Amino acid sequence: MTGFRITALAAVVVLVAACTSPLNDGNAVDLNGTGAGALGSVSDPTSIAYFQEAIGDRILFTVDQSTLSDEARAVLDAQAVWLMQNPEYSAVIEGHADEQGTTDYNLALGARRANAVREYLVLRGVAGNRLKVVSYGKERPVEVCSEESCYARNRRAVTVLSGALTG
Amino acid sequence: MKWFVLALTVLVAMFASFATAQSNGPLRIEITEGVIEPLPFAVPDFVPNGAPANEYAANLSRVIAADLSGTGLFREVPVSAHITRITDFSAPIKFTDWKAINAQALITGAVSVSGGNAKVQFRVWDVFSGAELGNGLQFAGPVDGWRRMAHKVADEVYSRITGEDPYFDSRVVFVSESGPKDKRRKRLAIMDYDGANLQYLTDSSAIVLAPRFSPTGDRVLYTSYESGFPRIYVLDIGKVTRRVLESTDGIMSFAPRFAPDGKTVVFSLSQGGNTDIYTMNVSTGSRSRLTSSPSIETAPSYSPDGSQIVFESDRSGTQQLYVMSAAGGEARRISFGKGRYGTPVWSPRGDLIAFTKQASNRFHIGVMRVDGSEERLLTASFLDEGPTWSPNGRVIMFSRETQGANGRSSLYSVDISGRNLRPVRTPDGGSGPSWSPLQR
Repeated sequence: MTGFRITALAAVVVLVAACTSPLNDGNAVDLNGTGAGALGSVSDPTSIAYFQEAIGDRILFTVDQSTLSDEARAVLDAQAVWLMQNPEYSAVIEGHADEQGTTDYNLALGARRANAVREYLVLRGVAGNRLKVVSYGKERPVEVCSEESCYARNRRAVTVLSGALTG
Repeated sequence: MKWFVLALTVLVAMFASFATAQSNGPLRIEITEGVIEPLPFAVPDFVPNGAPANEYAANLSRVIAADLSGTGLFREVPVSAHITRITDFSAPIKFTDWKAINAQALITGAVSVSGGNAKVQFRVWDVFSGAELGNGLQFAGPVDGWRRMAHKVADEVYSRITGEDPYFDSRVVFVSESGPKDKRRKRLAIMDYDGANLQYLTDSSAIVLAPRFSPTGDRVLYTSYESGFPRIYVLDIGKVTRRVLESTDGIMSFAPRFAPDGKTVVFSLSQGGNTDIYTMNVSTGSRSRLTSSPSIETAPSYSPDGSQIVFESDRSGTQQLYVMSAAGGEARRISFGKGRYGTPVWSPRGDLIAFTKQASNRFHIGVMRVDGSEERLLTASFLDEGPTWSPNGRVIMFSRETQGANGRSSLYSVDISGRNLRPVRTPDGGSGPSWSPLQR
């Protein structure tokens, strides 16, 4: 038992080192989807601020569902009228879920919710090419408690306007 | 963004003269029988050959001890209880000194360092029979990679005593999370399986989700919102390059996993509110659709032979697990318990499927056989999610989110027996882990 004998040469392994550039403020910016300063004034009925405050930019869903309640339809009816009166805007409809559920499933559920809104708006006359959808699943809660009061506000679809930045 | 690449070569050497005799005596753990009492072992500081090796001598033995103890199958007899020190790697072992402290296994080693390279030698001893277990081995490589050499030693010890494939020389890619729930920052990170040598692979300018290793561990699939929409990217870890795999307007893609061939990706594609499972050839981008139903089909995972895919679907009204051919077609439901089942992952051995189960407002990580029988829940908490298998199929890592406004997500591991639940050390929170294959 003297000495060692080399019998095998294993593979080369590559390790990746850190990204050393300064990190920006993160990916949690702007939960309402609109940049500050571009909202305009609530008193201007063609502004994003007016759409958010007076029309209502979001609707809520029950647990694990994507059906539109009567209340939701009333909000979307008003959204549709406003969008047709303000054709310079386009919108991304964000679908969200509460935290009760797995990441993948909640992404798919958020897609269902966002699409339910899009289809309803199109049915009410808004041109489909003005409306995109995106699902955030459970990635972007607006409320952080782990109770139904918070979950109810997180199960939402938000119509986020873009375009016509000068209002 | 600045990156550097470190190449590490591991040389494996074996003693020439011990060709056969392998002890199958008392020093053996049969994991399948269910170990209650961990096997006591001692790993005294390795013997430094020369001053440059001094700082590594104790560190090597500490990493080896942590690997073995971390399995729950072994228990270290602490160094403070040792009667003798090992000062000469070649000298005969005084077994009575190790019997006296009831160490059943003894690991001795030596380390030398020169010119930025380290050489590590070790032997494993069955204290009660006084015989060597297996052959002495030597690993050599850049001294920066000393932790890998320690993991390689521990892998050898683990394999010789349990008869199982090892898993310590492996890595984990995951989503590093910081900040409160409503302002959470996420970035991809990669680390050794024990949390050491953590490096970030992306910044936190866009949400990233669920990274997944390729079968050879050289690439990572993940989902990023950097375009404003969830899309699948593939990151080459060695070259640190990445590219989007699917960027069709109006389509969201997520939940990707490699096929065992490393050339095909299976994933979920969402269009018009409907989510189905597709595959894509990584080089050509050509896509095939595997499911076509108005329900949600997502979280696909290949069997290790590549012939089948397990996935989740709510086609029955709630999330359940299904298995179909890798070419698509008819699927058979395998989960029938109370509650919702998601995120199925086929074990590397092919015998089990790990999953997330949601029932009575609790989340569980569980395993079942491929036909859905013998379901076992391994954990329970407010929110456990996203299992990933150790390379040998013995341990599952997952993420656990705590309840409430200050909820935080972190990584845990658990043995498939349900024992040995342990937090995995990370500097910030963590989610979506993917365990690499054993490194070579």
